[in-house]
Amino acid sequence: MEYAVFLTTLDPLRLLNNLPGGIAQGIIWGIMALGVYITFRLLDVADLSVDGTFATGGAVTVMLILAGYPAWAAILLAVVAGLVAGTVTGLLHTMLGIPAILSGILTQFALYSINLHIMGMSANKALSVDQFHLIISSRFCTNAIIIGGIFALALIGILYWYFGTEQGSALRATGCNQTMAKAQGININMMKVLGLALSNGLVALSGGLMAQYQGFADINMGRGAIVIGLAAVIIGEVIGEGILGKRLNFLGRLVFIVVGGIIYYIVVVIVLWLRLNSNDLKLFTAIIVTIFLAVPYLKGKSKSSFAKAGKKGAKTNAGD
Amino acid sequence: MLAINHIYKTFNPGTINEKHALNGLDLQLEEGDFVTVIGGNGAGKSTMLNAVAGVWPVDEGSIQIDGENVTGLPDYKRARYVGRVFQDPMTGTAATMEIEENLALAARRGKHRFLSWGITKKERDTYREKLKILDLGLEDRMTAKVGLLSGGQRQALTLLMATLQKPKVLLLDEHTAALDPKTAQKVLAATEKIIQKDHLTTIMITHNMRDAIVHGNRLVMMNEGKIILDIRGEEKKKLTVEDLLHQFEKVSGQEFASDKAILG
Repeated sequence: MEYAVFLTTLDPLRLLNNLPGGIAQGIIWGIMALGVYITFRLLDVADLSVDGTFATGGAVTVMLILAGYPAWAAILLAVVAGLVAGTVTGLLHTMLGIPAILSGILTQFALYSINLHIMGMSANKALSVDQFHLIISSRFCTNAIIIGGIFALALIGILYWYFGTEQGSALRATGCNQTMAKAQGININMMKVLGLALSNGLVALSGGLMAQYQGFADINMGRGAIVIGLAAVIIGEVIGEGILGKRLNFLGRLVFIVVGGIIYYIVVVIVLWLRLNSNDLKLFTAIIVTIFLAVPYLKGKSKSSFAKAGKKGAKTNAGD
Repeated sequence: MLAINHIYKTFNPGTINEKHALNGLDLQLEEGDFVTVIGGNGAGKSTMLNAVAGVWPVDEGSIQIDGENVTGLPDYKRARYVGRVFQDPMTGTAATMEIEENLALAARRGKHRFLSWGITKKERDTYREKLKILDLGLEDRMTAKVGLLSGGQRQALTLLMATLQKPKVLLLDEHTAALDPKTAQKVLAATEKIIQKDHLTTIMITHNMRDAIVHGNRLVMMNEGKIILDIRGEEKKKLTVEDLLHQFEKVSGQEFASDKAILG
């Protein structure tokens, strides 16, 4: 009974009104997820620096626009900042022998202070779309979706091209089989640094777009970015494989990662519409990512497990 | 073509696991030499190949390839001179990449990789022809992921990749040991064919004494990080497995431990 009452209080129109915003944010996070895909899938490294570089991208963009730079220049420099941050993670890993995951954590940790410095020691900086000419803003949701979509498609095109080049192939080989890559004359350390730099450049770009979209940069805006990125990658892959099966090629994969970001944010919008506590979102996301990461493993296990073999063995024994 | 001059390598020095893997090893290869290497476990056979490939730096001594001193170069820089096939079929190829992509990576060994296409139409035609040499039907599956291939197919592909760009030295580290006997013979036949055709300078480690005798123009036996026997030319052709076992016992003062080496 109470449940029915609760349902009547939900306003379907409100959900519809909130969907475009969710889609726009989903596209921006989808771009971020493309960066995560480079490290997590192609390079086989879980890079945690992205939590820091997402905020760096936002901070650099907002501060430069406030200083009078045009938005496109600001975002370009944000990408450069991301490239530098990724390079630092890469060098910590390859030159100093620090495990990749720890290198990312160190960079992320250091970026917290650096981001505060960038934002003049304040935890957030507002950027009004009334005063500045921004590329993308939540004020104009339809535009935001179109512009975000153009950005995403252009980046997908560039990534598709790049990973088909000699250098991009070498990077993929490094992620797949390091011994083989070295035997084919590939400098795997350089490739790792390059991959981490590219990934963080993309993440910073996404952070720059997000700061403009929401109209502010915040020191905590990248918190948990890696998990949201992973969620987008995994949701996108599962859906892509579900629809296209074996025909899902590299280009399709990239497209579906952005789609994964959009779906994630649509789910977020629905969750908020159901008036679940928004503070529980991170818990909710963690559970979703855990499930999607665990399913392939558990599927494999259900086909061949010791428990199963033991049961079968026991039956055979009893039959003797 | 290859000169290994008095090299030493000790693993885990100063610890309880200290192992003198190479003890002043010397080996000179002329151009076109095809050397088979035999020896017991821990004799230093693979260590010798890793030293030539530059997996780690040697402690002492020098290595020259075609007159150039490569002692100070890491493996990825030596790769322009060296083709390698590993014992484990999983090691030599990138499983998540296509057959033609793997070949294209190998075709660019030792070259700078920038932003030109990773593979061109013209290359594909070349690869198709080259894959036919292997006689495994791979020429019709060029866009298949390598992870779908069997161990033997992957090993044959690795062999082709190692020789796609003529290497100055080809290193084969028991590359048929992990295969079933029939596949092993097929891969070995392809090896022989490619080596003969391109007149490749080759070092091949094997546990199979018969293979060591049949293939190549030279046979060396290793023990305790050194070469203890070096037989070539006419003398090698007359060798028998019994001769080798006898020689091994005489030179090393111990029995050849592995049954596989005798029966294989």
